[in-house]
This record gives sequence, C-alpha cells and structure tokens, in this order.
Amino acid sequence: MAIVKTERHPELPPPTSETGVIGWLYHNLFSSPLNIILTIISVYVVWVSMSTLINYTIIDANFVGTSKEDCTGAGACWVFIKARFGQNMYGFYPEGERWRINVGYVLGAIGLFLVLSDTIKSKKWPAIFLFGAYPVICYFLFYGGLGLEIVETSQWGGLFLTLVLASVSIFVALPLGIVLALGRRSDMPVVRMICVGFIELIRGVPLITVLFMASVMLPLFLPEGQNFDKVVRALVGMSLFSAAYMAEVVRGGLQAIPKGQLEAAKSLGLGYWQSMGLIILPQALKISIPSIVNTFIGLFKDTTLVLIIGLLDLLSVVKAGTTDKNWLGLATEGYVFVAAVFWVFCFGMSRYSIWLENKLHTGHKR
Amino acid sequence: MSEAAMNKSESDVAIQINGMHKWYGEFHVLRDINLSVERGEKIVVCGPSGSGKSTMIRCINRLEEHQQGQIIVDGIELTNDVKKIDEIRREVGMVFQHFNLFPHLTVLENCTLAPIWVRKVPKEEAEATAMKFLERVKIPEQALKYPGQLSGGQQQRVAIARSLCMNPRIMLFDEPTSALDPEMISEVLDTMISLAEEGMTMVCVTHEMGFAKTVADRVIFMDQGEIIEEAPPEEFFDNPQSERTKLFLSQILHNG
Repeated sequence: MAIVKTERHPELPPPTSETGVIGWLYHNLFSSPLNIILTIISVYVVWVSMSTLINYTIIDANFVGTSKEDCTGAGACWVFIKARFGQNMYGFYPEGERWRINVGYVLGAIGLFLVLSDTIKSKKWPAIFLFGAYPVICYFLFYGGLGLEIVETSQWGGLFLTLVLASVSIFVALPLGIVLALGRRSDMPVVRMICVGFIELIRGVPLITVLFMASVMLPLFLPEGQNFDKVVRALVGMSLFSAAYMAEVVRGGLQAIPKGQLEAAKSLGLGYWQSMGLIILPQALKISIPSIVNTFIGLFKDTTLVLIIGLLDLLSVVKAGTTDKNWLGLATEGYVFVAAVFWVFCFGMSRYSIWLENKLHTGHKR
Repeated sequence: MSEAAMNKSESDVAIQINGMHKWYGEFHVLRDINLSVERGEKIVVCGPSGSGKSTMIRCINRLEEHQQGQIIVDGIELTNDVKKIDEIRREVGMVFQHFNLFPHLTVLENCTLAPIWVRKVPKEEAEATAMKFLERVKIPEQALKYPGQLSGGQQQRVAIARSLCMNPRIMLFDEPTSALDPEMISEVLDTMISLAEEGMTMVCVTHEMGFAKTVADRVIFMDQGEIIEEAPPEEFFDNPQSERTKLFLSQILHNG
C-alpha cells in the first residue's frame, strides 16, 4: 500500500534533558563518568589556585601606608606600587607637566570611542580627528612647543612610554603592512621584489636585533652631529618590524578571497585601487581580524624589549623600582602589577576583536 | 577590408574576433577563433568541458589575455591599454557561474557600487536604478539582505541586475545556471529570456539547449579550443554537420 501523508506532524517541545540549566549542566559537565571526574578535579584545581591568588592579592594584602614598614600582612604589599605610582605611569616626566599626558589620554579615549563604537554611525569626522589631528596634537602635548615647555624624550617612561611605543607602531604598521602585502602580490616585478626582500629580511631577524641595529648601528652610518632621538629610533624599528609581520597576516587574508571577487570587480569596470579598496581589502581584513589583533597584542607586549636599548618603559621602571633600597624584596608585587596592566590592555583588544568579528559577520560563512 | 566593411563594423558589429589565439604557458588553448556578433544578436556557445568556451568569452572583457589576433568590442580594439580595457568593461556586463556577488555588501550595495564609483552617478539615482532592475529580476524585497542569505537562483538574478545597473550594451554569460539546483534554473533562464526579448546583445556559454532553441540566433560549438560549427539553432540541432557536434549533441540530449 502506498503512503500518503495529508496532515503535518504537530510541533512538540524538546525533552527537558536538551534545554535549560539542567540540560546544559548535563551535556557539558556530567554526561559521562569520565566527564564527572574531570569536572570535579577541575573545580578543585580552580578552587585551590584561585583562593591562594585572592588571599595574596586582596584578602591578606596591604593597601594602606607610605613605606615598606606599613606592610605587616602576609599578602602583597601594594603600598610599594602606590608610592611609586607616578613614576610607574609617567616615568621621569616633570610632575607639573603630567596633566598634558592625561589630556592626551582623554582625547585619545574620546577619539577611539567615536571610531570604534557602534552607536556613532558616521565615522568620517572621528576618523579624521583620530588619524589626522590627534597625532599632531599629541606631538605638541607630549614633546612640547607652541608655548608648552619641551620635555625631552629621555624623561619619558612608564606606562606612558609603553603606550606611545605601542600605539605609534600599530598606527604605522597596519597601513604599511597592507601596502607591503599588496606589493608582494603585485604584477610588477620590481615592486614585488622590493616588498618580498623587505618582508623576508625583517622577518628573518629577532626584534631585539632590529632595536639594537636602530639604536647602536644606525648612528654610525649617519653624518656626524646628526642624531635621531632614541625613542624615535625605537619607534622606527618597531614599526618596520611589525609592518613585516602585518604584511604576511594581510597576505594570508588576501589569498583567502576567491579569484572570482576580483574578476567580478574588474568586469564591472572598477580599477585596481577601487577593486582593492572596495571589494578585496574589506573582506581580506575582516577575515584577518583575529590574526591582526594577535599581532597587535604581540607588538604591545614586545614593547618591553626597549629595555635593551635603555628606554624606561613600564616594565623597566617597575624593575628599577624593585632595586630601590627602601623597597627591597618586593619584586613579586612589581611584576604582578606589570602583568595585570598588560593583561588589561591585551584582554581589552582581544574582546574588541571578537565583538568586531561578530558585528561584521554578514552571514556568508556557508 | 573595404571601407564599407569598416563602416559596418563601427555601427552594427558589437564584437569582432579575428584569428585570435591564446596559450596557457605551452598549452595552446584557443586556436584561430573568428567570430562576429552583431548588435542585438544572441549567441549561444556550447561544447564539452575544457573546450575553451569560457576562456573565449573571458577574452572579450580581458579577464583573460589573448596573445595573437584581434578582438574589437564596440569599435574599440583590446590591447594592453588599461584605459581602453576599462572603457570596454564598462560597456560589457558579465554574469559568472559562481555569481561572484560581493558578500560584505547588501544586494542593493552590490548593484549601486559600480555605478557610483565608476560612472559617478549620485547615490540616490543609483539606488533608484538598482531598485528598477531588482524589480525586473523580481527580487526587490531582498534589496537590504546580504548575498549569503539568498538562494542560488536569487543570487544569480542579483548578479544579472548588478551587471544591468551599468547599462551595458553587451552581456556575457559564463555558464550562469551550471552551479544552480535544478528547481532554480528556470527562474534565471526566464530572466535571461526576457533580457533577450528586449534586444540585448548576448553571448552565453551554457548547456541549456532549451534556452538555445528559444533564444539564440546562432549556436557555436567549440571543441579542443576551436570553433567546430556555427549555425542557426534549427539547423544546429536538426542537421549538425560535424561528427564531433553529432557526438556531443547525442550525449547531452540523451542525458537531458
């Protein structure tokens, strides 16, 4: 007998083991004996390590006081960080001028918020401000001029210097990396060779060598009396270094775009730069976001290597503080503090990248 | 060529290919292609896979470069001159087998991008034109969706609308229905038929023999990089001359 179905089967709710808190707990934590054992062990490990950490950093820690003698509790001595906070944040920047850095921070935060946030739709003016005017404003604010007292870069330090190094390098590395990546895929042999040569040369040496070259070797080649600022040299070294890495990240993204996209763009009459700018790069950069942010995070942490050429970034300043004879024996607190600061920035970048990926996802991952 | 023939090629001939050859490295893919397409003519190109039919129509808008011979599109000869290439590409629309819509732009943005950036049409005007063509391909309601949210047939119709927004004089179709599920082929063919009825000059690489019978003025059969046979559809299907054409027709009509 043939089967003919005339009525649709009614929709039923899923069984309780599939949904809600119980369903989640069951599937993720207690689905098998092995899973139950692993869950219990994990909870124990988390409990032991977290309770130690919380005891050390918060419950038993010392927050109040002005000298090492005030640290009587068993935990961390945060008084040390508090007492040297100004230096950790600004290095040897004159205390009376530190407001300039804070103004720079506030302007930067406003600019970043306007460019990155979702609520402001028109990005044109915020982008012009952040990428055009802001660097100029910062130059005069931080270095001086236009009536502001000059503060030599040798006095820059602490978190301030770390942020300057990281943001300038990021700011230069991304566009330069994109240009290098496009150059590497160019049809013009000379352009391609220059880009390949640059990328492979820089990628083949450690950052520390690049920094060393920039600070020790470079002056030897310059005419006598001609000298670049030490911070500028570090900036050039770091920017070129990360641009080479960025170029390879972007190239990976470019290669993932199907050939048909460029053909469609061409067949509509779009020129090379229009095809790249409107069709290929928006897609390539979007799929490269995780790797781009990964490179940014790596770069941010690599700024600590400027220690080798005698710049006092956050890590160097804190390290110098631990040898202060009034605060001996507090290296752990110093390093935990540095780690926490770095973690906050890197975690922030990581979260933003995840948010951005979801926002830009237009349902074509099929 | 006499002066009268030259005049004819200026006004009535949309595409003129003379003795065109192409090599991929050592491999001689296209051999002595001669083809003349008049304005308003509909040409269907068929042949077994690897016969060079896609390569041939991709030479017409320079997605592939030919090494010998002459291609004149709309009175402009294709050379390495980038300006002329861009000029031709503006006048020649192309629809691809895999649609090649821009996945990061909405359907509407896909359609307005080239008019705005290449033809410098104001945004509102470009959007109005785009909506007109989206209505013609019967999917105006999808305008704000992304290509990834549409079915294959819908995507291909958007691709056709996207090309039409540039007001091309010639449309090239490179196997437009080959990547589609069977139930979506007819919606795309219907769009192409209505376009043909309006007098568009069309060169279509396709295996849809029904389409060839209804629409084509001439059918071109290619095999191993050469044009083997060229005839009006009645003659081509009812009385093929070459053995290779007969074999090809018996295979596809049998399967169809």
